Amino acid sequence: MWTDNNMLSQDTLKKIDREIAKYPADQKQSAVMAALALAQEEKGWLAKETIACVAEYLDMPPMAAYEVATFYNMYDLAPVGKYKLTVCTNLPCALSGGVHVADYLKQKLGVDFNETTADGMFTLKQGECLGVCGDAPVMLVNNRRLCSYMATEEIDKLLAELKS
Amino acid sequence: MSTQQILLAGLDPKTGDQTWHLADYVKRGGYAALKKILSENISPEAVINEVKKSALRGRGGAGFPAGLKWGFIPKNYQGPRYICCNTDEGEPGTFKDRDLMRFNPHQVIEGMIIAGYAVGSERGYNYIHGEVWSLYKRFEEALDEARAAGFLGQKILGSNFNFELFAHHGYGAYVCGEETGLLESIEGKKGQPRYKPPFPANFGLYGRPTVINNTETFAAVPWIIINGGEKYLELGKPNNGGTKLFSVSGHVVKPGVYEVPMGTPFPVLLEMCGGMRNGKLKAVIPGGSSAPVLPADIMMDCTLDYDSIAKAGSMLGSGAVIVMDESVCMVKALERLSYFYFEESCGQCTPCREGTGWLYRVVHRIEHGQGKPEDMELLNSVTNNIMGRTICALGDAAAMPVRSFTKHFKSEFEYHIENKKCLVPPEVQREGSRIYVTPNRVPSC
Repeated sequence: MWTDNNMLSQDTLKKIDREIAKYPADQKQSAVMAALALAQEEKGWLAKETIACVAEYLDMPPMAAYEVATFYNMYDLAPVGKYKLTVCTNLPCALSGGVHVADYLKQKLGVDFNETTADGMFTLKQGECLGVCGDAPVMLVNNRRLCSYMATEEIDKLLAELKS
Repeated sequence: MSTQQILLAGLDPKTGDQTWHLADYVKRGGYAALKKILSENISPEAVINEVKKSALRGRGGAGFPAGLKWGFIPKNYQGPRYICCNTDEGEPGTFKDRDLMRFNPHQVIEGMIIAGYAVGSERGYNYIHGEVWSLYKRFEEALDEARAAGFLGQKILGSNFNFELFAHHGYGAYVCGEETGLLESIEGKKGQPRYKPPFPANFGLYGRPTVINNTETFAAVPWIIINGGEKYLELGKPNNGGTKLFSVSGHVVKPGVYEVPMGTPFPVLLEMCGGMRNGKLKAVIPGGSSAPVLPADIMMDCTLDYDSIAKAGSMLGSGAVIVMDESVCMVKALERLSYFYFEESCGQCTPCREGTGWLYRVVHRIEHGQGKPEDMELLNSVTNNIMGRTICALGDAAAMPVRSFTKHFKSEFEYHIENKKCLVPPEVQREGSRIYVTPNRVPSC
């Protein structure tokens, strides 16, 4: 049904097994959020076929896994740049420069929210609350790396680091 | 008034990233409560009673007495029961559990184990906000340490009590902070909240009796067991026991997490944060973005506890204090919050799914000079049609900011509608703290 390209690596499957072990034996589906996150980590984004692959591994209908993938906003259902930058612009962050920083990034990268730079390096996203308002301005790199107190000079440093 | 800290005691944000390990926690007196319960054979009922006496109320926002909640678990139930911890902080302004989780994860673990003992559960899950990945990884490390030391697993510390605990991460959905949405999410589904009743105490995770509490609530439990419920109550004020973490954001000199006794006057907290960064205090949202906003003069007279803030017409909520100075246009601030609720509505209830779009659209047009005089009444009518008509509290959470902003700052909204511009002049709206929304999706009309 899917090509080898959509199959998950042994390493990813091993990590998914560790997640499955956290739940009662008849509740494999509980591991779907972690499994989709791991699949996305390997593939860069979640194609329908990748989601189906995860569903089959967890003995659940592909639609049920697709429902999860479309509900939570950290799953990417379309390709993104090498680095996805998510900037929080919600009220508490805005009060401490969140919007200012988002504008700076837009200008620096030459893209708007939900766009990817021509070289495929960066995708810019607007985040809703990341849960670290005290560190504003804040941003996330590829869902994993949280960057606090991102004044414009810090952003310059981060972009230079990611480009190198 | 006491200044004792029990959640972040002895923890310095500068070194906290090094002193979270099990050995450090034990040095601070950690796991003594669990040892005491198991070595002195304290009965589960006695544990629940102590928590009841402490007047520990749910720290996630609802303020429901924790001991009472534990007492609802059916006594003679045959089959598994679960303990779930809600570390899915995603309400704008709330970031207190992050400090607890990164500096003191073992205190959360110990609290959850004790809860398991109290209600006869052998398995728990901590649902952790997916955006702060390091917390999830650290919690898993802390669990490994606790297992290795015999605090988790079979026959804990040589007793007949077994308990296992696991971390489950979220992946970006505000609604999963609602307890039944969270349970659905652990079950591997969309996080859409359930009808209540039945409540989780009877029908929770996998349909089994479940205790679900906030991270901070669990973390308070070990101290209560060691020092007694009455001592805990004395730290705060009647009906509002203990200390509370406040996450302060916005226009203060030192945004951050502060632990103070319940009942601390708001001006004291403001002073701890170094006071206002630049301008004069204009308004405060005292309990996370869904709590009604309060103007400066009302807020300055409040003490920080459930009852005082409720009397002033708002909610203590999760203790997320968003501080705004005079440079803030309240219409813009509300527009941003309304967009958030529109974006995060899970869509299962029509009043919330459609209503949050209406709220955002109307506030947006007022802000952008296209408001009509009848819009104020329209906003009121939409909130009336959302509140109390949805499965979960997210509907009310979206409506309450609209009601309170338009009530306390009515003149700003009217000025916008009449003059097609801000009452707060643009040159006063400070560079670096502008607010605007770039909608990812536009509500359909």
